[in-house]
Amino acid sequence: MIESAIDVKDLTRTFGSFTAVDHISFEVHSGEVFGFLGANGAGKTTAMRMLIGLLTPSGGTARVAGHDVYTESEAVKRSIGYMSQRFSLYEDLTPRENIRLYGGIYGLTMPQIRERTGRMLTRLGLARVADEQVRSLPLGWRQKLAFSVALVHEPRIVFLDEPTSGVDPITRRQFWELIYEAASGGTTVLVTTHYMDEAEYCDRICIMVAGRIGAIGAPADLKKQFGVDSIDELFVRLARPETAVPESALPERLS
Amino acid sequence: MSTVVVEALVKRFGRTTTALDGVSFTVAPGELFGFIGPDGAGKTTLFRLLVSLLRPDAGRASVLGLDVVREYRALRQRVGYMAGPFSLYPDLSVEENLRFFASVFGTTIEREHARIAPIYAQLEPFKTRRAAALSGGMKQKLALCCALVHRPEILLLDEPTKGVDAVSRREFWDLLGTLKRSGLTTIVSTPYMDEANRCDRIALIHRGRLLAVDAPGTITRAFDRPLLAVRARERYKALLALRGHEHAHSVYPFGDVIHYTDERADAPADQIGQELRAFLAANGFADASVEPLAPTVEDTFIARTAESESRISNPESRIPNPESQIPNPESRTGSS
Repeated sequence: MIESAIDVKDLTRTFGSFTAVDHISFEVHSGEVFGFLGANGAGKTTAMRMLIGLLTPSGGTARVAGHDVYTESEAVKRSIGYMSQRFSLYEDLTPRENIRLYGGIYGLTMPQIRERTGRMLTRLGLARVADEQVRSLPLGWRQKLAFSVALVHEPRIVFLDEPTSGVDPITRRQFWELIYEAASGGTTVLVTTHYMDEAEYCDRICIMVAGRIGAIGAPADLKKQFGVDSIDELFVRLARPETAVPESALPERLS
Repeated sequence: MSTVVVEALVKRFGRTTTALDGVSFTVAPGELFGFIGPDGAGKTTLFRLLVSLLRPDAGRASVLGLDVVREYRALRQRVGYMAGPFSLYPDLSVEENLRFFASVFGTTIEREHARIAPIYAQLEPFKTRRAAALSGGMKQKLALCCALVHRPEILLLDEPTKGVDAVSRREFWDLLGTLKRSGLTTIVSTPYMDEANRCDRIALIHRGRLLAVDAPGTITRAFDRPLLAVRARERYKALLALRGHEHAHSVYPFGDVIHYTDERADAPADQIGQELRAFLAANGFADASVEPLAPTVEDTFIARTAESESRISNPESRIPNPESQIPNPESRTGSS
């Protein structure tokens, strides 16, 4: 049996009296593109931070790439790649320098770094701007470079936190093709997004609602199961089950 | 008379960046007008010009009949401007933020209650909470309330829904619908193409130029070639295969389907559909289905940006243009 890339049981995290993540359990299979969705404040970020070894859980278990997030958080960090919308690249370094820096951080040898740098720059079509400052590149290119840099040490799993926020639609699609390509090569991808159409690109998705898992499964199965036409519709229904109630009567979510 | 008139507006930053490159449009009274485009398209620069925070390098703009350069003082009293949720004071409470913005314009929450009531009703339960501790959706609503508190005659909302979850976005657009029914003219920008249909008219903006200005339905009807949706279990492989089709014009993943356009703009969609089905079956995608599809605003945006890139692409430019970097199937399979 193939070991799950991510295996989570009853994972919980509390902050004082507030339970941000409340006994969630799920598995992500190797090579799967797994969408992690939820309204602002539903617990996505907290869950993600526990899975990448940045936050210790209050309870439950989680294994990421076969490593325990409590006792092997450094091994977890070495086995994963991470890219966020807000920060991924050093903007006053060049693409070449960014790749070398991350390769070095992840313990690659110089020959490995040289070989991968050349390959990545060619494949991304960035060879001509390899020695320009990253800040001078269009956002879409930076995003694709950031994704490749997150994969420079060939991790088993890559975590993408709103990777396509604000990019133009063509670049957004090219970015998803990079995700498909990585997944078809066996890399497991866990991705968060606010674009509901992107949820439909995923093999499976999980929608978090108030710290729990409101729905999990393949987008097509979920649409059938809940009798909705789109994931957008499902998201709205799960995130605001009280839509019949006037909105003014609803409690505010904790941010 | 138009509420907003913009003619050939140009704004440059430094010697190399042209943020707005000759933009013209008008907004009618009571209209809900949307600017749709990605980061860096020029949306924020345009809004800042319209509220007189920047001066144009060329062209002219008037809002409510007032020139944005010469009559900026009068203009500022009469526009409501929301520059994203960060225009709030995070250390002040909900109520304090609102009182502050009211007092700047010489009024009070109580006096303006009728105008802000529908939104303030949703904020009131949290009026003592610090703005920093609000959720993204609530921050937006507070910012909208602050932009409305001095009874502006026009609202300019710059990316109010950016980074906010799908449910809060929907609620925010519902509020804009309510304001529209009260007759308020509103200009709003968004990177989310699916929000375009909430507007009376939209402008597609990309790299400082307007690609199209019209009602969303008119813009999508102008899509000039057949569009087909392809479904296949092996989506990524099917996508690469379709790129190799001899008549493929564009092939993109779109949610759970692939959108395909054909270079033969006048061929009937049914005929192309049959060809594609045969092509896919012959390439090992026996389960593939193909059906004609109505284009969305996003399809149109993609088609128009591709056109505009090929028109303005400059071989001398030092930085190659990213839209020309659409990976081709051969080089990808070769390198992996």
